[in-house]
Amino acid sequence: MEGVWGRLFILKLIFSIQGGDFTHAGHPSSEVKKVLKQLDIDGKTIKNIVIALYEAEVNVVAHAWRGTVDVEIDESKITILVSDEGPGIPDIEQAMQAGFSTASKQVREMGFGAGMGLPNMKKNTDELYIESEVGKGTTVKMVNNFS
Amino acid sequence: MKVSEIVEKLKLKVYSGQKGLDREISGGYVSDLLSDVMGNAREGEVWITLQVHQNVMAIASLKDLAAVILVNNLEPLENTVRHSNDENIPVLGTSLSTFEIAGKLYQLFNQ
Ligand SMILES: Nc1ncnc2c1ncn2[C@@H]1O[C@H](COP(=O)(O)OP(=O)(O)OP(=O)(O)O)[C@@H](O)[C@H]1O
Ligand SMILES: [Mg+2]
Repeated sequence: MEGVWGRLFILKLIFSIQGGDFTHAGHPSSEVKKVLKQLDIDGKTIKNIVIALYEAEVNVVAHAWRGTVDVEIDESKITILVSDEGPGIPDIEQAMQAGFSTASKQVREMGFGAGMGLPNMKKNTDELYIESEVGKGTTVKMVNNFS
Repeated sequence: MKVSEIVEKLKLKVYSGQKGLDREISGGYVSDLLSDVMGNAREGEVWITLQVHQNVMAIASLKDLAAVILVNNLEPLENTVRHSNDENIPVLGTSLSTFEIAGKLYQLFNQ
C-alpha cells in the first residue's frame, strides 16, 4: 500500500480483552507472534514484542474492566496501543517501579502480581508511553522498530 | 538433551503434550511468578513450577519453552492439559519438591 507516507504496507490487527478473563490472556500476543513470524521479523525482536504485549494484555485482565489491543505493523516498526476502561493508575512513576503491585490476593495466587509487568514492557520496547485517568482507564502505547 | 530423556532419567509423569517429547532442551528455569518467567526464561528451557493453571501454557507457548514440570505431585488443570496438547508442549510431573527436582535437572544437564 504505497501512499503519501511512502510505506510499502500497513497491517492492522484488533483484539478485545475482558477484565478478569484469565482464560483468554495471551491470545492477542500469540496471534501477533504468528504474524511477525510470517513477515520474517527477526527472532529477538519478536521475543521482545511478545513479552511486552503479553504483560500489557495481562494488566488489562488483572487490573481493568475491559480493553482493546490495536496493532499496526508497517515495514519499519510495530505500534501497539492497549487501551482499557478501568480504575486507572494514580501514580505512573510508582507503578513503573519493579515490585510495586496492587494485584488482588486471588491474582497473586495465580503467580501474577510480582510488579514486574511494566518494567518488562519498558525493557522490551523501543518506546513506551502510558496515559491514565483515575476512574476512567489507561492507554499504553508501545513501539518496536524492526532492525 | 531431549524432553523424553529427562522424563526417563528423572522418572517424571507425562500428563500431556506427548507429541512434544522430542523437543530439545536448552536449560531450565525455576519460578512461580509469571512475569518473571515471561521476562527472563529463554527459548527451549524446562520450566519448574507449582502453578497448574492454563496461563502457564500460554507463557510456555509464547516463550517456546521445551516443557513444564509440576512439583509436589501437583496436577495440571483440564484447560492446561488441552492447551499443552494443542501446542505440543509436554506438562510433566514429579513427587519431588522444587529444590530437589531443580537440583537433579541441573546435575543431569551439566554432567
Ligand atoms: N491497565 C492498568 N489499569 C490499572 N492499573 C494498572 C494497569 N496496569 C498496571 N497497573 C497498576 O500498576 C501496578 C504495576 O503493574 P505491573 O504490571 O508492573 O505489575 P503487576 O501487574 O501488579 O504484577 P505482574 O505484572 O508482575 O504480574 C499494578 O499492580 C497496578 O496497580
Ligand atoms: Mg502486570
